[in-house]
Amino acid sequence: MSAARNIGEVVLNIENVVLSFGGVKALQNVSFDVREHEVRAIIGPNGAGKSSMLNVINGVYHPQQGTVTYKGVARRDVNPHEAAANGIARTFQNIALFRGMTVLDNIMTGRNLKIKCNFLQQALYWGAAQREELAHRARVEEVIDFLEIQHIRKVPVGRLPYGLQKRVELGRALAAEPEVLLLDEPMAGMNVEEKQDMCRFILDVNDQFGTTIVLIEHDMGVVMDLSDRVVVLDYGRKIADGTPEDVRANTEVIDAYLGVAH
Amino acid sequence: MSGDTLDTFPRLLLQHARVRPQHPATREKHLGIWQTWTWGEVAGEVRALACGLAALGFRRGDNLAIVGDNRPRLYWAMCAAQCLGGVAVPMYQDAIAQEMTFVLEDAGIRFAIVEDQEQVDKLLDMRAQCPQLAHVLYDDTRGMRHYDQPGVQSLDALMQAGRDYHAAHPDFFTTQIALGKTSDVAVMLYTSGTTGKPKGVCQTHDAFISAAQSGCSFDKLGPADDILSYLPMAWVGDHLFSYAQAMVAGFTINCPESGDTVMTDLREIGPSYYFAPPRVFETLLTQVMIRMEDAAWIKRAPFHFFMDVARRCGADIIDGKPVLASDRLLYALGNVLVYGPLRNVLGMSRIRVAYTAGAAIGPDLFRFYRSIGINLKQLYGATETCAAVCLQPDGQIKFDTVGPPAPGVEVKIAANGEVLVRGKVLLKEYYKRPDATAEAIDENGYFRTGDAGYFDEDGHLKIIDRAKDVGALAGGAMFAPNYIENKLKFSPYIREAVAFGQGRSEVCAFINIDISAVGDWAERRNLAYSGYTDLAQRDEIYKLVRECIEKANADLATDPVLHASQIHRFLILHKELDPDDDELTRTRKVRRNFVSEKYAVLIDAFYSGKQSQFIQTQVRFEDGRTGMISADLRIEAARTFPHIPAKKAA
Repeated sequence: MSAARNIGEVVLNIENVVLSFGGVKALQNVSFDVREHEVRAIIGPNGAGKSSMLNVINGVYHPQQGTVTYKGVARRDVNPHEAAANGIARTFQNIALFRGMTVLDNIMTGRNLKIKCNFLQQALYWGAAQREELAHRARVEEVIDFLEIQHIRKVPVGRLPYGLQKRVELGRALAAEPEVLLLDEPMAGMNVEEKQDMCRFILDVNDQFGTTIVLIEHDMGVVMDLSDRVVVLDYGRKIADGTPEDVRANTEVIDAYLGVAH
Repeated sequence: MSGDTLDTFPRLLLQHARVRPQHPATREKHLGIWQTWTWGEVAGEVRALACGLAALGFRRGDNLAIVGDNRPRLYWAMCAAQCLGGVAVPMYQDAIAQEMTFVLEDAGIRFAIVEDQEQVDKLLDMRAQCPQLAHVLYDDTRGMRHYDQPGVQSLDALMQAGRDYHAAHPDFFTTQIALGKTSDVAVMLYTSGTTGKPKGVCQTHDAFISAAQSGCSFDKLGPADDILSYLPMAWVGDHLFSYAQAMVAGFTINCPESGDTVMTDLREIGPSYYFAPPRVFETLLTQVMIRMEDAAWIKRAPFHFFMDVARRCGADIIDGKPVLASDRLLYALGNVLVYGPLRNVLGMSRIRVAYTAGAAIGPDLFRFYRSIGINLKQLYGATETCAAVCLQPDGQIKFDTVGPPAPGVEVKIAANGEVLVRGKVLLKEYYKRPDATAEAIDENGYFRTGDAGYFDEDGHLKIIDRAKDVGALAGGAMFAPNYIENKLKFSPYIREAVAFGQGRSEVCAFINIDISAVGDWAERRNLAYSGYTDLAQRDEIYKLVRECIEKANADLATDPVLHASQIHRFLILHKELDPDDDELTRTRKVRRNFVSEKYAVLIDAFYSGKQSQFIQTQVRFEDGRTGMISADLRIEAARTFPHIPAKKAA
């Protein structure tokens, strides 16, 4: 299936990133790159710095050293708002949706940055504001159709099972029409069927919209099936980087996962 | 309808396109918005599909397989095939691969129109066994970008080719329709084949149009009606309601957004004509009741008060029978406060006619819907009879009969109790199965339904069982196990029942309790239990089940034919009957012979008068391992009642 997908130039380049919280060194001199249209996995044991890495990419954390180059612009301190405006969307390890709001409204928040009308216009809901909302709603409906969640469109998110909440979160990220999608453990806590569904959606997103995907995942089967290239972190250091086959055969990776006698 | 030329579906379509071009014919919810196609537009779409198929080489007499959910273009494709003198073969999309392959081979399918990628994948896999399957055409393009197998293309492309073809051959379409004859086979519906291989039931235009016409005039259906099309397209009921009757009456069919959104779509559309199998009505009622239990007392109190009023007089009011003026007033008040809002929540505000069929419907369930003002009726039919044998007329509703024969249908009861049917609606033949056709239709042209039944004093047909299951007690009285079991299963506490009595002096029954309902009942009474086996053997549960059985017995006592079949002794099984243990079929029907062999020791205990019996049974767990469970099962007696001739049913 991936035959028709052309993996392009490097779109995101992480160079020598160092991030520490007091004495804790979360990331130590980590460098890797992400190419356009590829599925890039970040794996590693607990506390390896995977989520920190995503947080650096979209500017939630500011590293002490190193640069993040996105679409040719290198910077150390990324602003999360700018990252989103430039086409980086993400989902979170612990679902971060508005639990009291409906699925539709939650996904609509993904369009927030694209809404041009001001507060007053929206409050009056007339003319341009109305037209704009209808256009955004149409886009949200496409996302709903894509993720096959029509039946829960008007259900408050808090009432949904976990697997569906994860799907809604992916929907909100997709509503922003991202070029790069950061997924933090999209399948954590799911049963086999939910995982299969989610895998299919991720592959479809990548295939149909050409979205570049960076994902963190623990399920090795999922990682090996989905990703084009894998970077492995352990205690904040990069210990391997390559195709799933290379990484699987890497002794340092095996040691990190299984433990080794020191 | 005027003239004698409206005798095929394509001609009916053209007629609607002429007479009411702007009237909505089909709706579908897409991206959250209901899209409408008028009859004029539908005629254009059908023409594009038909011409596209013709350009691909679809010839007269070819069969067109249709696989998928209820989508407008799949309905139109049926008509497109008929325009070309072909036959539509709608198939169950969730059938197992083996069965689908059988149908594809049997019907010699060269062209298939399917809904989406899932179906395309399935059919492509089957190409190895069915090499004649040259063209697979899909409706939904999602995920289909990389498919380059020969013969796989989208309906968009097909219809574009069709429009080009029509531009080049402007007379082709109308000429083809003119060639059609009313005696041509219009559709082939495969019977599910619970016994042996599926058989293709060939129905002509004439048969389905007659069935649809009689239904439409019976219930005064017209272009203004709306129906939600959500049941499988391969099922005869959907074909009659959503295709044949819509084509005859010119009403609007509404395709839901997806299988999961049916309830929402029902509310949004508010159909005036509705069909659902009993389990759908049951699920809806359960949801309402659960929500009412959770409601505040200020809502609950009027609800229960007015539901009592409805129970007392609602059904009589809808049937136009005399009712006390005070009750009538209360009912009118209840209609404003409770029934109306409730109908609205159920999406049934605008329903004029609702039907149920396919299984026995519980009397309480049936009365509930009628009492809140929904004109729910029953019908009886089979694939071989275009689903139209008996219909309940307005105002003459009984919960345990299916009504008098439909106009133009003759019904006769054979000596063995089997229901025989004759009329225009009968099948032409089973496809390529002259043996089966000869077996099903007797020398006088009657079709053997395989169901046993009798006419009651008002001439309404009452179906009691499958003819092959009907036997006799030792005393010679008729014994219909299914009928008894269904009566028991109307109780929410009884999940499964198996009745024995063939050649015996009295009827005895195995009971499976419904673990969720009975478990809930036990919890509310602080009755602790460890699992099914434990709960099933409790005194309280035996008492509960005995009450259910005695209620069924009291009911049976009024039956003129089956009053001898009251249940004398029963036991509650120590395990749930399970398809994994071969006790039930995959569709959850009891495998009577297997069960009676497996539990022969219990049946012997019934008839030797024992009070309890030890049994050990092997069970298979879901992971394939097996284990043993054993228990001492108590056998108890239930009260039976003397026969009382039935009073006129309400």
